[in-house]
Amino acid sequence: MNQSPNLNSYREGPDEDGRFGIFGGRFVAETLMPLILDLQDEWNKAKTDPAFQAELKHLGAHYIGRPSPLYYAERLTQHLGGAKIYFKREELNHTGSHKINNCIGQILLAKRMGKTRIIAETGAGQHGVASATVAARFGFPCVVYMGATDVERQAPNVFRMKLLGAEVRPVTAGHGTLKDAMNEALRDWVTNVEDTYYLIGTAAGPHPYPELVRDFQAVIGTEAREQMLEAEGRLPDMVVAAVGGGSNAIGIFHPFLDDKNVRIVGVEAGGKGLDGDEHCASLTAGSPGVLHGNRTYLLQDADGQIKEGHSISAGLDYPGIGPEHAWLHQIGRAEYVPIMDEEALEAFQLLTRLEGIIPALEPSHAIAEVIKRAPKMGKDQIILMNLSGRGDKDIFTVGKILGMEL
Amino acid sequence: MTARMDKRFADLAAEGRPALVTYFMGGDPDYASSLEIMKALPKAGSDVIELGMPFSDPMADGPAIQLAGQRALKGGQTLAKTLQMARDFRKDDDATPIVLMGYYNPIYIYGVERFLDEALEAGIDGLIVVDLPPEMDDELCLPALAKGINFIRLATPTTDDKRLPAVLKNTSGFVYYVSMNGITGSALPDPALIGGAVGRIKAHTKLPVCVGFGVKTAEHARAIGASADGVVVGTAIVNQIASSLTADGTASAATVAGVETLVMSLASGVRGARLAAAE
Repeated sequence: MNQSPNLNSYREGPDEDGRFGIFGGRFVAETLMPLILDLQDEWNKAKTDPAFQAELKHLGAHYIGRPSPLYYAERLTQHLGGAKIYFKREELNHTGSHKINNCIGQILLAKRMGKTRIIAETGAGQHGVASATVAARFGFPCVVYMGATDVERQAPNVFRMKLLGAEVRPVTAGHGTLKDAMNEALRDWVTNVEDTYYLIGTAAGPHPYPELVRDFQAVIGTEAREQMLEAEGRLPDMVVAAVGGGSNAIGIFHPFLDDKNVRIVGVEAGGKGLDGDEHCASLTAGSPGVLHGNRTYLLQDADGQIKEGHSISAGLDYPGIGPEHAWLHQIGRAEYVPIMDEEALEAFQLLTRLEGIIPALEPSHAIAEVIKRAPKMGKDQIILMNLSGRGDKDIFTVGKILGMEL
Repeated sequence: MTARMDKRFADLAAEGRPALVTYFMGGDPDYASSLEIMKALPKAGSDVIELGMPFSDPMADGPAIQLAGQRALKGGQTLAKTLQMARDFRKDDDATPIVLMGYYNPIYIYGVERFLDEALEAGIDGLIVVDLPPEMDDELCLPALAKGINFIRLATPTTDDKRLPAVLKNTSGFVYYVSMNGITGSALPDPALIGGAVGRIKAHTKLPVCVGFGVKTAEHARAIGASADGVVVGTAIVNQIASSLTADGTASAATVAGVETLVMSLASGVRGARLAAAE
């Protein structure tokens, strides 16, 4: 239980029970236990199976478009007048975000396990689109659970999923956001255990999901580390990524965790501010609890009831966070900071104008943090940021807020 | 406390009939009405009470129990008040076993030690915590057993013979067999299949086996009770409460009376179960 701060490596978790320190675990109904044990067995075999790794690599290169470029954001760097800013361009992946990395990996696992039906939950719709995409590519029927509020604010992605042949089931419980979609997906799974594979989109949930999602996303950081060494001959001083559940962040952070001179910064959704309930900053303003199969930091009241949270970005609108982030926060290896809705919106517009890249609202939070930090750093320093998704899906939301006619 | 549960099942075995186990959500729609419902249950023929602890995100429950939890939370129910409800009930009834049922997070936040001490003092006999499988026994199961509170485990159709011993290892009081893969409130599967499953579990344990998920009528109770040591009814009771509420969600004169009528009917079902089986 006790975590030594002097670890030889920060990259060895989780333990065999799926714990990162006190976080993680397998808090699921008995009906699901045999399934997640099967998944763990299959994952352990796949990890070391050269054929599986080869197929993953092949699809990564030819279907997703890996490696994604490492891009020096020259105009943004000049504008801010401090550290050199590099983007890992995950928004250039097939389907427009990092989510596809994990979906390709998990659909191969589903196939190995002989499952015939895919379910997924989605917030912003990026994971839903990526799931619907791999389901189409591999010929699986696919049901995507999406909060009714998100269905409304992410209409383009809903349409994409439908075009791809997925059934989108709006969830009206609660506030109709990602948490409610995840509850509903778990209910589907517990009902259809025999044939269904639950394709979780973030590095959270019961063991082994946090581990396997991280491992499928770690390609981001592994590539970026090599690309940075090639471009600059050295590692960055800081790695920054937005954190909702935390899959893009853990993907870029993990390969850098043992590089002790690299600062790791996760950016949470500060929503309308941390004073009230309208934010999703689970690490900054939450406390440890148990939800959706794992122990992690949660937004909750004194009775242990989970709060709804709020973010302008549907993808960050989740009152919890992946357990490995909870652990990295607790031991102090990574720092987590909030960015408000308005700051993210400004960053969204600045990047669009300066670099000709329309980012998704999720990484716009990371950009906002870079905007704060870069000017305070020296010109010889380097920030690496994960540009995890593109903003096409968000133009209607942003247009509405800015009062533009579309 | 364990004695209360064991005595109840031993008495029923001597009587030659299965137990009627009734679930309701603590605090639905308000504390006072909910306490009245709890007091009415044994009088109407319930042998064991499952007192639901509301949770904001009940991942294994269907819409009926989700809504009941939301009504209870809206009515101001907390874990402390649910424990108080058990205390209030115990003033008049020291024989009916009470099992608290819910999810782990509110207990974790309350503090496991504090929760167990207060549960014991409030007259709680057992716990069913849906999201704590055997792999998580260190969290609550083992501390509860050490204090003498039963930890009742769910066994499901996915719990195969290989896994069953692990599930039964630290289970006490009774085994709750969930009759199907799914959420609460679904349709009842074929009683013959359930009978087979109960037999399979009984081959591994001497504990009573109660069956739930999908039992709604006296007929169901009779059919399931032919093979099981107990029949659990939850969603039907919760639905009965929901249907009795006024337009603004408050209790009506029919709220407690409706539950009484339903439970009396279910009680007649379990009382006829072994007769039906013998025919």
